Amino acid sequence: MSTAKSERGTDTFTVAGRTFASRLIVGTGKYKDYAENAAAAEAAGAEMVTVAVRRVNLTNPDEPMLVDYVSPDRFVFLPNTAGCFTGEDAIRTLRLARDAGGWSLVKLEVLSDPDTLYPDMIETLRALELLVADGFDVMVYCSDDPVMARRLEDAGAAAIMPLGAPIGSGLGIQNQLNIRLIAEEAKVPVVVDAGVGTASDAAIAMELGCDAVLMNTAIAAAKDPIRMAVAMKLAVQAGREAYLSGRMPKKLYGAASSPDADFTT
Amino acid sequence: MSKTKNPSMSKEIAITINGDERNVPIGLSVEGLLAHLGLVGGKVAVERNKEIAPRSQFSQTMIEQGDTIEIVRFVGGG
Repeated sequence: MSTAKSERGTDTFTVAGRTFASRLIVGTGKYKDYAENAAAAEAAGAEMVTVAVRRVNLTNPDEPMLVDYVSPDRFVFLPNTAGCFTGEDAIRTLRLARDAGGWSLVKLEVLSDPDTLYPDMIETLRALELLVADGFDVMVYCSDDPVMARRLEDAGAAAIMPLGAPIGSGLGIQNQLNIRLIAEEAKVPVVVDAGVGTASDAAIAMELGCDAVLMNTAIAAAKDPIRMAVAMKLAVQAGREAYLSGRMPKKLYGAASSPDADFTT
Repeated sequence: MSKTKNPSMSKEIAITINGDERNVPIGLSVEGLLAHLGLVGGKVAVERNKEIAPRSQFSQTMIEQGDTIEIVRFVGGG
């Protein structure tokens, strides 16, 4: 079990010494604009947001800046390595992010295939080892393989973040068995990262015992992102409460809820 | 390190910034370069010749002829 069951109302999760009351981490990509982005992050009740690191646009230095809308004073920034296909790219990006923001908590994501966006786990593990040696606290995007998840934890990952389905696909959690096994075995937080499409997907992730859910497109690409952000917040809370409450066993046949005696005759 | 800036000198140096060649005034620090480019405020990070130029040393790190500079900032991402 990755976190101890806690009293109602005091349920938090802790990554690399930082404690969060919200178990919903949101991305900051694909929104209409940064204002909508900020409103969605607020509506989601998020305390942590992922951000990317990119070249400044020198032809328009006055373009809107993320930090003016989604403030690093209000949200914990989790710099990612999205778009990196080698360990070296990822490390270079995160070193720049650390210098820009001063944060050591980062999201490692090393992709392999541009169509599926599946992670290259060999490169990911190698990059993780280098980043840990360099003092980073690394939350690792990974495949939903319980064996690989353990290897990441052994290498010092601050959190294991298996995909539920390909990034941006909205297909929901494809392998519930594996996600459950990863959540059961890990001693660091497990965060489903990628694949959530709608609220029930987020609830399922939490019911499986995950500590949190990370999503971007499911909120940003909804017709009403702010309303979906609220739905996701509620779904994560509902799934977490269901997990903590201990669900009833599944049965193959019906079992009446009302007394089966003392009928009128 | 002494900063020898001479505003009357119009000499320029050629450097590469974010993949584009540019001429900038000679004698700029990283801090001066950012100001020259209109990049004031916001959190940026700078690489000079593939090495991070730490924020704490922006004012002491000087830009030289032929430098390759990368300037990045946080943008929206998942």
